[in-house]
Amino acid sequence: MAGISAWLAQFQADFIQCFIEQDRYKLLLNGFGMTIKVAFFATILGILIGFVIALCNLSGNRILKLIGGVYTDVIRGTPSVTQLMIIYFGVFAKIYWDKWIIAAIAFGINSGGYVAEIFRAGILSIDKGQTEAGRSLGLTSSQTMTRIILPQALKNIFPTLCNEFIVLIKETAIMGYVGLVDIQKAGDYIKSATFKPWMPLLAVAVIYYLLIKILNLGLKKIENSLRKADAR
Amino acid sequence: MGLICEALMVTESTEAGKADNKEENRMIKVENLHKSFGELQVLKGIDEHISKGEVVVVIGPSGSGKSTFLRCLNLLEEVTEGHIYVDGEEITSPKVNVNLIRQKMGMVFQHFNLFPHLTILGNVTLAPVLTKKLNKGQAETEARRLLKMVGLEEKADAYPAQLSGGQKQRVAIARALAMDPEIMLFDEPTSALDPEMVGEVLEVMKQLAKSGMTMVIVTHEMGFAREVASRVLFMDQGIIMEQGTPEQIFSNPQNERTKLFLSKVL
Repeated sequence: MAGISAWLAQFQADFIQCFIEQDRYKLLLNGFGMTIKVAFFATILGILIGFVIALCNLSGNRILKLIGGVYTDVIRGTPSVTQLMIIYFGVFAKIYWDKWIIAAIAFGINSGGYVAEIFRAGILSIDKGQTEAGRSLGLTSSQTMTRIILPQALKNIFPTLCNEFIVLIKETAIMGYVGLVDIQKAGDYIKSATFKPWMPLLAVAVIYYLLIKILNLGLKKIENSLRKADAR
Repeated sequence: MGLICEALMVTESTEAGKADNKEENRMIKVENLHKSFGELQVLKGIDEHISKGEVVVVIGPSGSGKSTFLRCLNLLEEVTEGHIYVDGEEITSPKVNVNLIRQKMGMVFQHFNLFPHLTILGNVTLAPVLTKKLNKGQAETEARRLLKMVGLEEKADAYPAQLSGGQKQRVAIARALAMDPEIMLFDEPTSALDPEMVGEVLEVMKQLAKSGMTMVIVTHEMGFAREVASRVLFMDQGIIMEQGTPEQIFSNPQNERTKLFLSKVL
């Protein structure tokens, strides 16, 4: 009994030291905002880049195919932290944009390489007859793509796409490498300031976990409503 | 089906089967058509004239090039050699706007290829609206008229997954007709259907033929060919081996290959 109350007392003291003293919880709160901000814009950029690269990979044009092929090959063949540092310290060395925007661009470029493959698989999964039906009615190839192929492909790839975005959110935890303070880096700061590893790092884990849990529940709801449409 | 008949009869009053050979009546002219897939030669020189109002049925063993021939007519297959003219315009010329050509030719596929994410009405109105042929309201009115014609007016708000094979194919015909084509191409339209549904699709096609629509039909339905065709083409080994009226081809075939083929299918 004495052991438990001693542990509780210690826990309380650690908690106060790690989160309440010097308003350290604000570090985590701001870090949370940073993670969301970067991940959100990276996701959007990733979709745009991924779609364009997927079209390049699927096109009959050899130069476009080459560009798409090299892009996905390089992105998937190098660590994302290396890409982030090259883009941040190299490509954007002389361009003074907000740090987080540069990071979002770097993560978007990275995500685009993976999203491109998801889009490509999704578009290829649609029966050739759908394209032929569209074209035989006199639609252009882009009308056929946007009105017939993509709506069907997006539904098929939705779960895989969601998975990619969840991976992306966790991937952003490396942005501390370029001096941005996200959830991970905030936890790291608290750890260094208090010499207490457990409390702040577990808090970081819990925050990521809850964020992704909630996101997952929302995405599942959307997916189910898409599936419901199938059973009509 | 009486409704279908009425609705179609108003459309046009050309007498089907009365093939007129005057130059101005030639809707499709095919000259020396060759098509290869890599090393494989599928079409080895086809010359053919199809006149307005004709119902041309193409028969022949599988692998004879029937479907490829049909698909070349609306350029779903790239032509390797030769020329195709529609209404006097060379469609095999690289300068031609393929999309405009295809708007003149409706195509019905073996596997229907309805758009599963759109309602029946959506399927039928998509192309007329996107090509700016009709505005949304006009397209819907026209779609409902066509759906009524194929006997599926009450299915307008259903999705393709809720329809039987025969119903899907009738929707596919309505969808092609919604572009108000001059020519209808049918690529084995009943081959993927359960036997009891073949009749309803052939019935719609018969009415369409009676209305004077120019039709090119690849099929294995010999009874239908005999009844509806104004001309039958027998294809084998990438060429048109023999052609004539249904009477000539089915009752008095001249070519040995035609005789052999018919002995197997009739």
